[in-house]
Amino acid sequence: MIDTLAFVVFPYVAVALVLIVTPYRYFSDRFSYSSFSSELLQRKGLFWGSVAWHYGVILILLAHLAALLAPGAWAALISEPTRLYVLEVTGLALALATVAGMVVLIGRRLFLPRVASVTTRWDWVVLFVLLAQVALGFWVALFYRWGSDWYLHTAVPWIVSLATLNPQTQFVASLPILVQIHMLGGFVLLALFPFTRLVHMITFPVTYLWRPYQVVIWNRRRRVVP
Amino acid sequence: MDIRSHVSMVFHLDKCIGCHTCTVACKNIWTDRKGTEYMYWNNVETKPGTGYPTRWEDQEQYRGGWVLDEKGGKLKLRLQGKWGTLANIFYNPYLPSIDDYFEPWTYDYQNLFTAPEGDDQPTARAVSQITGRYMDTIEAGPNWDDDLGGSPVYADNDPNLDGATEEERRQIAEIDRTVFFYLPRICNHCLNPGCVAACPAGAIYKRAEDGIVLISQDKCRAWRMCISGCPYKKTYFNWSTGKSEKCILCYPRLESGQPPACFHSCVGRIRYIGLVLYDADMIQEAAMAPSDQLVDAQRAAIQDPFDPMVIAAARRNGIPDSKIQAAQNSPVYKFVKRWGLALPLHPDFRTLPMLFYVPPLGPVTSKMENGAYETVDAGAEGLAPMLAALDKSRVSLRYMASLFSAGNEDIVREVYYKLMAVRIYMRGKTVQDVTQAEVDEALALAGLSGSEAEAIFRLTSLPTYEERFVVPPMERETAIQAQFPDIDPLTRKASTGFGFREDPARRW
Repeated sequence: MIDTLAFVVFPYVAVALVLIVTPYRYFSDRFSYSSFSSELLQRKGLFWGSVAWHYGVILILLAHLAALLAPGAWAALISEPTRLYVLEVTGLALALATVAGMVVLIGRRLFLPRVASVTTRWDWVVLFVLLAQVALGFWVALFYRWGSDWYLHTAVPWIVSLATLNPQTQFVASLPILVQIHMLGGFVLLALFPFTRLVHMITFPVTYLWRPYQVVIWNRRRRVVP
Repeated sequence: MDIRSHVSMVFHLDKCIGCHTCTVACKNIWTDRKGTEYMYWNNVETKPGTGYPTRWEDQEQYRGGWVLDEKGGKLKLRLQGKWGTLANIFYNPYLPSIDDYFEPWTYDYQNLFTAPEGDDQPTARAVSQITGRYMDTIEAGPNWDDDLGGSPVYADNDPNLDGATEEERRQIAEIDRTVFFYLPRICNHCLNPGCVAACPAGAIYKRAEDGIVLISQDKCRAWRMCISGCPYKKTYFNWSTGKSEKCILCYPRLESGQPPACFHSCVGRIRYIGLVLYDADMIQEAAMAPSDQLVDAQRAAIQDPFDPMVIAAARRNGIPDSKIQAAQNSPVYKFVKRWGLALPLHPDFRTLPMLFYVPPLGPVTSKMENGAYETVDAGAEGLAPMLAALDKSRVSLRYMASLFSAGNEDIVREVYYKLMAVRIYMRGKTVQDVTQAEVDEALALAGLSGSEAEAIFRLTSLPTYEERFVVPPMERETAIQAQFPDIDPLTRKASTGFGFREDPARRW
């Protein structure tokens, strides 16, 4: 029962929140989409916090996503022991970077009054869930060795079963509790995503790369259906 | 030829008295909200001085504007390339911090009433408007160096004096160290804006019909590259809403036929606003001109609104006759193009600013000699004292050239010859202690006719409200009709207007 609630109902609720609330917020309150940078107020610590955090977490997320979307290629990649070692060590290093980065970021908001003054309650929730999630991830990577391999036989089939609307909990039901919490943590973050500043990640301005430098808007020539 | 219209501006620095009325007018209308306390969309700086934010002109530090690629002849943002923008998006190494402006504060006035009885007069302590904590020391504020132009602390730190000789520095410090003039600044609404180009979100745009540069509050995502990209530091980051904001040239006022508030309130009547027609095809060429030709290239892009070719091209681009007429009456066209008196501020940033300045002529012609206040070379014949004063001016030509002509002293000298010729011409007419030969010599030196000198004098000293502010019809009603052809424009009345459907504050 608890397995069904945690590994079936809750993930579906989290994804539903993302799918419904994110666009609702985008179309009804686009002004609220912002990364809420605090760099102007306080540059101290931001480089070591923000850069370590963002680069670390983006690469780790991409690795999680790659193994999920292309399990075959991933299995082939780690079949050679050297590559597996390199991957595991890189993953550990990146996880350490995210933990360290998040500690710095939280420290800024705790101890530097200017940054504290622009921190909301939801920011605190997000920060601590993120810290817990990356710290757990680091712990799991360290003490439940070869995650790049067993991930393919636990989380991947579970998420695939969810995605194909044929939910199966047996892939994850008997895993150690810390691993289970880390997996559910991902869905906690998904549930938080549409309600917090996390939405800034989907507005990452990749279109800048092919946009012309100057933006000119004609009022007269543009035609919009009312 | 791609003719477009641009609402453009001239500030006549000889007339600025540094009263900051413009700043107060702007502040009260637009930036007295939380998060905007430190923003000065309009500010008045004392020059030579460090400006606001401190040393904003030092692009080694702030990396604003454009640079010409050494070999490829390409224009690049000094800040970074497009890939660099995305790579540095988590931490912008060149962003000014609030300390480069100042930490805004108010006072704990309540303490004046509630302080317990004691031996000392109670004080209203400063309270930070960011953190709400007491501030023991206020280290900077708006106009911190106001009127301290000559002081070694501020004047010596002016980036425009980097190449100055000892003699030039000494002259600035003459007479109790007080030579300075005022430099009012608003957003330049550039033709090649650095802020627009630096914004990765594409939130900043230029309105094609009038050239006003705006930041879409809905599209801004606080990537904060615009603050670095603008070499004039005229985009500001609202730390409370997480959005950048800047001068909007009071477009709601312009659209209802009024000049912007800073123009309207200007006590010295130094400000002129009007339409100019420019050739959009020439922007790139003008922005890439060699340093000493930047001013001329920008002047060349501005077109003669009386030229039939230009008028025809303007009509082809859908510019209505009412606007062409406004361009013909524009005081800006006269100052910038016809008379060549007004120069862009720091053309070396290559953003093609559309706010132009008539450089200040005086009072820089006198100095203390043997305890007496003397005009330079006062005993010399004819125009000699005036011309000598120019070269011995205590704020050197080189300094003015650094501000207004990317270092080309000839351009500044030409402008000063004209300004002097107008003075000599009028002195000949009114005081009559100048001979006709001297007047003719001055006019010939400046390349002006008597009637031109007369016209410059009139538009400088005696212009009416309508002559200073030629606000073009903005055609916004037509725009609505073009967008919604089936709708009577009146049905849009009082619908959304400007402002927000929701409060501009954090909610999520």
